[in-house]
Amino acid sequence: MGKTEKGKSSFFQKNSQLLVPLIALMLLVIFNLIRDPGFFSIELVNDNAGNPVLQGNLISILNGASELAILAMGMTLVTAASGGQDISVGCLAAIAGSVFIKVLKSGPITPWLVLGGVAACCLVAMCFGAFNGTLVSVFRVQPMIATLILFTCGRSIAYWINGGATPTVESDIVKAIGGFIPGFPIPAPILIVVLMGIFFALLFRFTTLSMYLQAVGINNNAARLNGINAVGVKLLAFVLLGLCCAVSGVIATGRLQLVNHETLLINIEMDAILAVAIGGNSLGGGKFKMIGSVIGAYIIQALTVTLYAMKVSSTDVKAYKAVVIILLVVLGSPVVKRWFGSMRNKLAVAGSRKEAA
Amino acid sequence: MSGIRFPFPRKDREPITDTTLLMSVTIGIFGGLYVAAMLVFGGGFLKPQQIFTMLNENAFLIIISCSLTVVMITGSIDISVGGVTALVAMVDVMILNGKLWPQAEMNDGTRILCAALMAIGIGLAFGAVQGFLVAHLEIQPFIVSLAGMFFARGMITIISVEPQKTAGAIKTMLEQRIEIPWLGSPNKKGVMIPAKMEIGVIIALVIVAAIYLILRRTRLGRSFYAVGGNQQSALMLGINVRRTRFMAHLISGLLAGIAGFVFMMHTGAGNATNATASEMNAIASSIIGGTLLTGGVGNVIGTFFGVLTLTTIKNIVMSSGLTKPWWQSITTGAMLCFFILLQSVLLKVRTTLQSRKEGAEKDRIGD
Repeated sequence: MGKTEKGKSSFFQKNSQLLVPLIALMLLVIFNLIRDPGFFSIELVNDNAGNPVLQGNLISILNGASELAILAMGMTLVTAASGGQDISVGCLAAIAGSVFIKVLKSGPITPWLVLGGVAACCLVAMCFGAFNGTLVSVFRVQPMIATLILFTCGRSIAYWINGGATPTVESDIVKAIGGFIPGFPIPAPILIVVLMGIFFALLFRFTTLSMYLQAVGINNNAARLNGINAVGVKLLAFVLLGLCCAVSGVIATGRLQLVNHETLLINIEMDAILAVAIGGNSLGGGKFKMIGSVIGAYIIQALTVTLYAMKVSSTDVKAYKAVVIILLVVLGSPVVKRWFGSMRNKLAVAGSRKEAA
Repeated sequence: MSGIRFPFPRKDREPITDTTLLMSVTIGIFGGLYVAAMLVFGGGFLKPQQIFTMLNENAFLIIISCSLTVVMITGSIDISVGGVTALVAMVDVMILNGKLWPQAEMNDGTRILCAALMAIGIGLAFGAVQGFLVAHLEIQPFIVSLAGMFFARGMITIISVEPQKTAGAIKTMLEQRIEIPWLGSPNKKGVMIPAKMEIGVIIALVIVAAIYLILRRTRLGRSFYAVGGNQQSALMLGINVRRTRFMAHLISGLLAGIAGFVFMMHTGAGNATNATASEMNAIASSIIGGTLLTGGVGNVIGTFFGVLTLTTIKNIVMSSGLTKPWWQSITTGAMLCFFILLQSVLLKVRTTLQSRKEGAEKDRIGD
């Protein structure tokens, strides 16, 4: 019994930062189950075209959080390497979506054209990411300030790309990106999140990127003196975030089959940063756990869906969300953690004394 | 190696600080921009009213930029100010048009006083809660103020979904303008129109002066710089770091509340989309004015000129015929980029020069 106890504690010590987000997610689930036992039931139905699709609150949470989860992955990298946050992700996604639609509008929509559109918008978003990254790494501007530039003008650039219109496209392929692939019941955005997750997992597994990111984030100068190209690592983090923005921009465009530069993924930058923080990552850079950020993204979406299910109007949701966020971060704050730590130690001491007696 | 010796050697003066350097650059650029606009576009830019219009429209932005300057000097950040401004504007309008506490018998003066007190109260409440969370629970200020922003924006629609307006005697009372005849300019018929200034501008200017004095002349102000410069050193100097950070957020909240009152005086309406993205404008103004997000460097006078510079850029874009809706923010972004790069390069060059000078002095001592 002692052995299992030891193994358990070492797992939690290793992943202690995941404790608070996991507990929060569990509380949300339990709360929903008490409120409505059928909340998480999933059913297989046929949509208008006769294809089988999954439906239910759980699927809508997983589906709705897709863009946020992808952005949170990229944001984790930038946060870890630079110790700051990118506030231009929503604008970058809008730019990417505009480029995507612009390419699709250029001719008859074939699978190759869609692929070309995705490639083009990834390229553009990665270039903008490199612009942010250059400001941060070469000119040593605070990330939030550097990305304030694109935050100010990004949506206008998206507007400009499409010449002041909100164009729509009629295409089954684009529809499939934001909805369901015919014949496959799981929504495509969920699959894209899984693909991105696998991409990052492989990247961390087979390269030293993860270690380099953390080294640069913990101490930039020490990392540089140890032969790590700190400028390049930071730049790479921003370029990867650009890729994430492009992917989530394509998903968001696919959902509506139109791009509205003003409303596409509006305010998502704040939610993405929040997801990183809820996942237990320090916003000051250094060590990170990408899975934490993804869990954070799902917590945010689950919270929103729960509030909607409780008939809270969409504009009021923010206020309730704020209260839950504050509770979460207070639980995860260093002072409260220390207090819990000392309590646990006291209990342990008391327990060992009892044993000795 | 000694240079040429003058008969009256200049005493080694203290080199100007980063704060002063960045601020003077901003003021210089603002002056240059404005004079260039006067020469190129003439027209509106030649009238003194142009400056007063800029001030009238941006009085609330000046106030929340001051609050951000204080917070940023302390090395923290507060992005809830825009939300608090909008919330206060909404609550105040509802007090003034009698939707809030309709049964209470109050005359117009009392209602305005009530609204002002409410503004200060809401601001202080936001400041105190955020300050406590940031300073005493050591939670990241970005997240705390983000939650503050969400809360304020959500509360607006919980209080009232429909936009609210002031009306009647109170509206005219709020719309009083201070007229300055000697700065007037003739209109098309040749009649002199006096320059008009809103009361909110006076409040904003008083606040700029007060914050300047607090930062420069009081112990609290100096500890803001110390804490922002290096928290560890400040602690070792015996500065109460927690209390200082708390006070910075408290002041920020208070100013946001006052900004809400000024905003309400300017627009006379409460709406869920009031002051959208103004927190980012305020951050941009502070940066243009020479405040560094890393803390320890900054000045409200610079911030004041930062707001004016941003507005001047927007005015220039409008008068230069780039009327397509996207040009305004694209040029603002480009200017922001220019300022940020300029600051980065200036500080880098300065550091290199200083270290070279120190190196030279060391060599001389070595001789």
